[in-house]
Amino acid sequence: MAVFPRRRLAAVALAAATALLATAGCGGADEADGDGPVTLTVDVFGQFGYEQLYQEYMSAHPDVKIVERGAGTNLDEYSPKLTQWLAAGRGAGDVVAIEEGLMVEYKANPGNFVNLLDHGAADLKGNFLEWKWNAGLTADGKQLIGLGTDVGGIAICYRSDLFAKAGLPTERDEVSKLWPTWQDYIATGERFVAAKTGASFLDAATNTFNTILLQTAGNTTGYSYYDTSGNVVVDSNPAVRQAWDTTMDIIDSGLSGKYGSWSEEWVSAFKQSKFATIACPAWMTGVIESNAGPTAQGKWDIARVPGNGGNWGGSHLAVPKQSKHQAEAIELAKFLTSAKGQIGAFKAKGPLPSSPQALDDPAITGATNAYFTGAPVGAIFGTGAKSLKPVYMGPKNQAVRTEVENAVRTVELGQRNPGQGWTDAVANAKKAAAK
Amino acid sequence: MTVQLDARPPAAPTPGSRRRSSGRLTRLDTRYSPYLYIAPFFLLFAVFGVYPLAYTFWVSLHDWDLLGTDHPFVGAANYTQLLADADFWHAVVNTLGIFVISTVPQLLAALWLANLLNRGLRARTGWRMAVLVPNVTSTAAVAIVFGVLFGREFGMINWMLDLVGVDPVAWKSDRVASWVAISAMVDWRWTGYNALILLAAMQAIPRDLYESAAIDGANRVRQFWAITVPLLKPTIIFCVIISTIGGLQLFTEPRLFHSGTNPIRGGSLRESQTVTMYMFENAFAPHYNFGYGSAVAWLLFALIAIVAAVNVLVLRRMGGGSGPGPGKGAAR
Repeated sequence: MAVFPRRRLAAVALAAATALLATAGCGGADEADGDGPVTLTVDVFGQFGYEQLYQEYMSAHPDVKIVERGAGTNLDEYSPKLTQWLAAGRGAGDVVAIEEGLMVEYKANPGNFVNLLDHGAADLKGNFLEWKWNAGLTADGKQLIGLGTDVGGIAICYRSDLFAKAGLPTERDEVSKLWPTWQDYIATGERFVAAKTGASFLDAATNTFNTILLQTAGNTTGYSYYDTSGNVVVDSNPAVRQAWDTTMDIIDSGLSGKYGSWSEEWVSAFKQSKFATIACPAWMTGVIESNAGPTAQGKWDIARVPGNGGNWGGSHLAVPKQSKHQAEAIELAKFLTSAKGQIGAFKAKGPLPSSPQALDDPAITGATNAYFTGAPVGAIFGTGAKSLKPVYMGPKNQAVRTEVENAVRTVELGQRNPGQGWTDAVANAKKAAAK
Repeated sequence: MTVQLDARPPAAPTPGSRRRSSGRLTRLDTRYSPYLYIAPFFLLFAVFGVYPLAYTFWVSLHDWDLLGTDHPFVGAANYTQLLADADFWHAVVNTLGIFVISTVPQLLAALWLANLLNRGLRARTGWRMAVLVPNVTSTAAVAIVFGVLFGREFGMINWMLDLVGVDPVAWKSDRVASWVAISAMVDWRWTGYNALILLAAMQAIPRDLYESAAIDGANRVRQFWAITVPLLKPTIIFCVIISTIGGLQLFTEPRLFHSGTNPIRGGSLRESQTVTMYMFENAFAPHYNFGYGSAVAWLLFALIAIVAAVNVLVLRRMGGGSGPGPGKGAAR
C-alpha cells in the first residue's frame, strides 16, 4: 500500500519538473559553435543597399553567412526594437545600424556596445569625415561605438511629368533655378497648384520642416532642439522658429498633400503620382524607388534644394556586446563602412558616403541614377558633402522631434492653427524632454 | 494497476491497519496530493503571472531608464506624476469610449446572432462555424486591412460615402470617427465568438419552458426577453467581463490602424491612443521610461478591476428581482 503513494508522488514531481524544463528549454538553439559557418545578423532600417556587398563578403569568407533584418522598416519601428534587445541583453543582431538622432541616447550607455577602438578601429579614422567619426565617439572620446556609414546631403526630388503638366520647366538645371530660396519654392508651388494637375506640390509638411530645420540649424547655430549644453531650446533657437514659420507658409499656401510621412497613404500617394516634389536626403532616393515602383522610372528627377545645403540623417554601424561573434561582426562592420563598401551601398540604394575617399572616387563623382532620369546623383549630393556642418543632437532628440513634428502635422491637418500648434510644440517638447 | 490508482476514492484508510507508518502516509496522501495535482498550474502562474506582476510593481517605484544601468528608487513619484498627466487621462477616455461603442453593440449583436443560430437551420454546424471565422484571422491582418479601408484619401469607406454624396470622413484624425473605425474592427472580430458562447448557454435552456410559454400565448420576442435573456444572465456576465478585460487592453487594432511616424500616439493629437499604447509609448519608444510605463500598467489593472466590478453590479441589478437566481438549475 505504502509503495503506491510514494511512487505517485515521484511521478507527479517528475511530470512537473519535465513540464518546467520543457518550457524553460527553448532558446539557445542558435548557439551553434564549432566548425559550421558563423551566421552574422545585420539589423538595418530603411534602405542600406548592402545586398551585393554581403554576396561579395560571403564569397571571400566562406565560413560566414550573413542575414539582414529590417530592410524597409522605418526608424520609429526599428529603434524601440533595438533598445529592447539591448536592454534585455539578447536579440540584437551582430551588427546594428544606429541613426544619428539616436546615437546620442545610445552613447549615454556605452556599455551596451563593443569599443571598436580596442579592435584596431583607430587606424580607420582617416576613412571618415571628421565630424562623422566624432559622432561615433563617446563624450570622453575613449570609446568608439559606431563606424560611420552615410551622411545626409539634401536635394529636392521632383516629378518631371507632373511639372510638364503644370507648364513648369522640367529640365533639372532650370528647375533648380526656380527656387534659390524657400520662398521661391513656395511661389513655384503656388504656380503648380494653380495649374490643377490633380496632384499636390509636396508630400507632407513634416519632412520638409525637418529639412529646413537641419539646413537652417547647420548654417546658423549648429544645434536644433537642444543647445550644446543640453538645454531644450525649442522656443529660443531662432533656427527652429524660422523653420516653423517657413513650414507654416507652405501649409498656408495649400501645397501639402498631407500624406503623413511613412504611412500607408504616403506609399499609395507615391504609386498614384499624387505629389510632385519631396525633400530628398540622399538616402531618400532608395525609398522613392521602392515606393513608387518601376513604372515611375524616368518620371522622377533631382534638383538642388532651396537655401544653402544641409544634412539630414546618416547612420553608424555598431557591434552590441551581446553578439556571440564579436570578432567576425567587427570585421564585417569594417568592411561595410570601408570606402569600397560605402560606394557599393551608394550605387545600390543611394546613401551618400561619409568617407572622403569614397566621395572623391570617380564611382561617386560620376555616378548617375537611371531611375531618376539619369540624374548625376554623385555630383548633386556629393558636392559640398565634405563641407557639411553637423547639427548637434541632444539626449532626447527623437522624443522632442516627434512632439514638434506632431505639432506641424496638427496644423497641416487643420486641427490646430499655427499659433496653437507652436504652443503645443514648445509645451510638449519640454514635457517629452523631462520624461 | 495504474487505473486503479487513479480511480481510488479519497477515502480514509481503514482503521486498524497493519502498519502505523503506512496509515500515516496514506493520510498524508489523501490530504496533500490534491494540492500537488493542481500545483503545476499555480507554479506556472507564479512564474509567468505573479512574478511579472510583482516585478512590474517594483519597477514602477523606480526611475528606470530602459538602457540605464542604475535605477534610483523614487517611491510613488511615478504614480503621482501619472495621476496629474493629462495625456494619461486622455488615453483613459479614449479606451473607455472605444470600449463602450464596441462592446455594447457587439454583445447585442452576438445575442441576436445566437438566437438566430439556435433555430432549426439547414447546415446548422456550417453556419455556427462560419461566425467564428473572423476570430481565427490574425488581428494584425485585420487591423491593416481596416486601416486601408478607412484611409482618408484612398480608402474604400470614404469612396463609398462619396458615391452616396457624403463628404469624406477623417477616420484617422477625428477622435470619435477613429473610435468608430476601431470599434468596427473589434466587433467584426469578436461578435461571432461571443455568439457561440451565448449559443452554447441557450442550448442548455430546457425546451419545455418555451413550449409552456407558447401555450400561454407568448410570442417569440416575448419568449426571448422573458425566458432566454434572464436564463442567460450568468453567461452574459461572463461575456461582459471577458469583453471588459479585452476591450480595456486594446492595443493591436488601434496601433496598426495608424501607420507612418510614431503610430503609437494613435494620431497626431492622440485621437485613438489607448492606455496600453500610452504604456508602450512611455515604457518603450520614444521615452524608454520603464518605471513610468509600469505605473501606467498598474493603473490600467486597477481600471479594469473597477470597470468589471461596475459591469457586474449593473447587470446583477438589471431584472434582479424576478430572476431565477444564479444558474439555470434554479429554474427547474
